[in-house]
Amino acid sequence: MDKVIEVLKILEENARLTPKEIAEMTGLDEKEVERIIRKKEEDGTILKYKTVIDWEKVGEEFVYAIIDVRVDLTREKGYDDIAKRIAKYPEVHSVRLISGDYDFQIVVKGKSLKDVAFFVAEKISTIPEVRDTFTHFVLRSYKEEGVLLFKDEEDRRLALVP
Amino acid sequence: MKRTGGSRLSRRISERVDSIKPSGIRKFFDLVIGRPDVISLGVGEPDFPVPWRIREQMIYSLERGITSYTSNHGLPELREAIAEYYSKFGFRPDPENVIVTTGVSEGIDLALRAILNPGDAVLIPEPAYVSYKPLTILAGGEAVAIPTTPDFKPNYDHLSKYAKEFEPKAIILNYPNNPTGVTYSKKELEEIADLAIEFDMIVVSDEIYSELTYSGKHVSVASLNGMEERTIVLNGFSKAFAMTGLRIGYVIAPEDIAEAMLKIHQYCMLCAPITAQIGALEALRNCDEELDRVRAEYMRRRNLFVKRLSGVFEIRKPEGAFYAFPKISDYGLSSEEFAERLLLEKGVAVVPGNAFGDCGEGYIRCAYAVSMEKLKEAIDRIEDFVRGLRPNP
Repeated sequence: MDKVIEVLKILEENARLTPKEIAEMTGLDEKEVERIIRKKEEDGTILKYKTVIDWEKVGEEFVYAIIDVRVDLTREKGYDDIAKRIAKYPEVHSVRLISGDYDFQIVVKGKSLKDVAFFVAEKISTIPEVRDTFTHFVLRSYKEEGVLLFKDEEDRRLALVP
Repeated sequence: MKRTGGSRLSRRISERVDSIKPSGIRKFFDLVIGRPDVISLGVGEPDFPVPWRIREQMIYSLERGITSYTSNHGLPELREAIAEYYSKFGFRPDPENVIVTTGVSEGIDLALRAILNPGDAVLIPEPAYVSYKPLTILAGGEAVAIPTTPDFKPNYDHLSKYAKEFEPKAIILNYPNNPTGVTYSKKELEEIADLAIEFDMIVVSDEIYSELTYSGKHVSVASLNGMEERTIVLNGFSKAFAMTGLRIGYVIAPEDIAEAMLKIHQYCMLCAPITAQIGALEALRNCDEELDRVRAEYMRRRNLFVKRLSGVFEIRKPEGAFYAFPKISDYGLSSEEFAERLLLEKGVAVVPGNAFGDCGEGYIRCAYAVSMEKLKEAIDRIEDFVRGLRPNP
């Protein structure tokens, strides 16, 4: 297995592991793991380390909305230009160019329904190339970043099995 | 009801069954019960759940009312899929020679009952999975244990000595191995194959851990020149796809042996459960990615476990399965004493090595089929325990 890929896969699953722990898991030298991580941080392969948090657990509620955006392209403005304009707002969680009826799918994070609705009305819909938008408010999330937000299975194995 | 004669327990039970010892891990099982603080490295089954797409397929089949018997052989599509799948291990069997069984456990029983006459010797390199010896005895054979410590590999010279003495009908191989995690390279298998041909033995090849091979690729002994006609391959879905409780396995055998095995299978089992067969088909068709993910995770745990414990034990880096088999005899305790004290004092359950044959004395089997956090905690506790055993300098 490619050692760089293996280190990245392990980090993607758990960013808090130390180089020593990763070395133990891969059989690589600790110094080598450090080197790989530094290099991948520097060349922008590793974008950032973050934590997946279930905010509902601490009563911090955010409103997420998925907004489908249809745009009209012009000679001067292509997809990349429009996407960059949208992406620069801190309220915008993700921007993706998609296939189908709409051109972009963006995810907006706000404090309240009103917050998000006003943001879309004032900042997204007003971009000249945006033809129309379709807003879906997220009511409940079941899986985020590959992590299930519910637990309905437990380990039922016997304690000793030959 | 009138009693006829003085029936006593020892006479009511068949002498053959009576001669078989109950499983050695029972005692430890009772010690673990009711202790939630225990981390068990004694579990010989995956900690991952069955991949969801497999479960979904089984649920869907139940909804459609697919609950009948299947042919004795098993579902034709599944046998085809198994034959096709096995080409990755070096040979493509005729689907006609594939029988779907209720786990590999049934496969071992079928194989031994199909080939043994009373008194026929069967070579069993030990440490070995716990059922080979009892099932050999139940089939009327004589189990001949071959100790393979300390490298856990039987070589030609070693085996031929036993083959000459016992003129065995068969040899049972298990690679990657439970409990040692050792597997055999193609070259090592060739040596064993030469011997099987020279002494005209049937090879019963238990390859249940084949997908969990970390160094190199698994090679089936049946793929070697002249071996398909004398090898009974046993495999299944319990370890690679975590389908343990669904009880689903298969055998690949030469035509005459497959026919004989089918005869037994059709009378004692009729067929393997259809729901599990449907799940198994999905496993072979669509679960490569899940398998890669699980294999990578086991490999990380193996690396960590062996690396961390190599400071305290003589421990061989296993090439497959999810077991490590460290030597503990340097600490002056027997396998059972070590396992019992580790459990009672530190809350870590392992299986004493002698459960897998006499030559396993002085070793313990540790299964790393637990989450990385639990594994780390277990390692800390083992290190702590061992530190207490060392005489003060």
